[in-house]
Amino acid sequence: MKELKVSAINKGTVIDHIPAGRGLKVLEILNLSEDSTILVAINVRSRKLGRKDIIKVEGKILNEEEVNKIALIAPTATVNIIENWEVTEKRKVEIPDEIIGIIECANPNCITHYEKVKPKFKVVSKKPLKLKCHYCERTMEEDIVLKHLL
Amino acid sequence: MRFQDVISINDFRKEDIDYVLRVAEKLEEEVKKEGTLEYARGKVLATLFFEPSTRTRLSFESAMHRLGGAVIGFAEASSTSVKKGESLMDTVRTVENYADVIVIRHPREGAARLAAEIARVPVINAGDGANQHPTQTLLDLYTINKEFGKIDGLNIALLGDLKYGRTVHSLAKALSYYNVRLYFVAPKGLEMPRHIVEEVSNKVEIVETNNLEEVIPEIDVLYVTRIQKERFPDPAEYNKIKGSYKVDLKTLENAKDTLKVMHPLPRVDEIAYEVDNTKYSAYFKQVWSGIPVRMALLGIVLGVVE
Repeated sequence: MKELKVSAINKGTVIDHIPAGRGLKVLEILNLSEDSTILVAINVRSRKLGRKDIIKVEGKILNEEEVNKIALIAPTATVNIIENWEVTEKRKVEIPDEIIGIIECANPNCITHYEKVKPKFKVVSKKPLKLKCHYCERTMEEDIVLKHLL
Repeated sequence: MRFQDVISINDFRKEDIDYVLRVAEKLEEEVKKEGTLEYARGKVLATLFFEPSTRTRLSFESAMHRLGGAVIGFAEASSTSVKKGESLMDTVRTVENYADVIVIRHPREGAARLAAEIARVPVINAGDGANQHPTQTLLDLYTINKEFGKIDGLNIALLGDLKYGRTVHSLAKALSYYNVRLYFVAPKGLEMPRHIVEEVSNKVEIVETNNLEEVIPEIDVLYVTRIQKERFPDPAEYNKIKGSYKVDLKTLENAKDTLKVMHPLPRVDEIAYEVDNTKYSAYFKQVWSGIPVRMALLGIVLGVVE
């Protein structure tokens, strides 16, 4: 029998195949309410990724919009919705068309660094990833984006 | 047609640009006849210049006066609460109570977009850092259209520092809506950025060169911009380049009779003074174009002209 690293849940959301080391960042981005029970596994062996992180959120079904926020830092993640101990839905995360918060603009002279405003980006291209700042209109490519996670 | 704010030339479709040019043309005729019009009677413009730009500010103020409106504002941040640490957002929330339309110039990119999101009144961008200066682009297009009666079918060369020049980036994008051929003429190292060349070349034919002399006989418009000394690590290199990109009567020897030379101004020495009084010079007419174009934009966002 396969060994369970983290106990199974009755109802909730399991985010699997998070790149190893990004689990806590993913958790931060999801910004879940304090009353959810959350189980995090870090550096779990994975056939697909070598090592991976896993997050289980007990009692809460995360909707697509909530989960897609993590797509930038965990593009390999899969989301499993659990009801009555069974996976009722399985989906991949998808980069949304617009990204609010999560990353800061790479342009040091962008107004978002000086005013109380959430950085906002339009996704110009998903593959290769290319974002355009809603305010200063500069574009950022994937390597730059990952260096500017908030 | 009506739009709320004027923030970026990227927000404009071709029909929006054509609409602005049409309204500007109508207002130019009227203002030439009557001096001052009545459209904005009772309306107040606030010019918020967080960094100085005398000519742009005066142009907007003149445009509002000629529309019959009133103007308040400041010409630099040091005389305002910004110096006391007030945020842009709070300044905008305050000033929107005093005015019906705001024109903003700010040293940070994105400031105008943010101001427009906060303000209940329309906002016009008069330059946000290195990002956008949409009214300059529109007055450039207006000038070309006035000089030739059309934009389609023209060969237009952009000359100078195409790498860092905000003006030429916006102008190239806006011109790509029309059926034109664009020549990007820049010294080595100051060429048009790849992403703009790629975007524009999808729509119009482009010629990239370092050699001005070679393209002079083919072009209808020569849009000259400044090459800044500080872009060159070696002053000797700058001096060498400077000579070959200076536009004087000799440069124009093989030009078409109808060629027009344009420049967003201020010029330093990239166009010789001897060109000023020739049939080629259009750069001071360009300054005048700023008035009807800004009148049109103010009138459109205020909803008082159409």
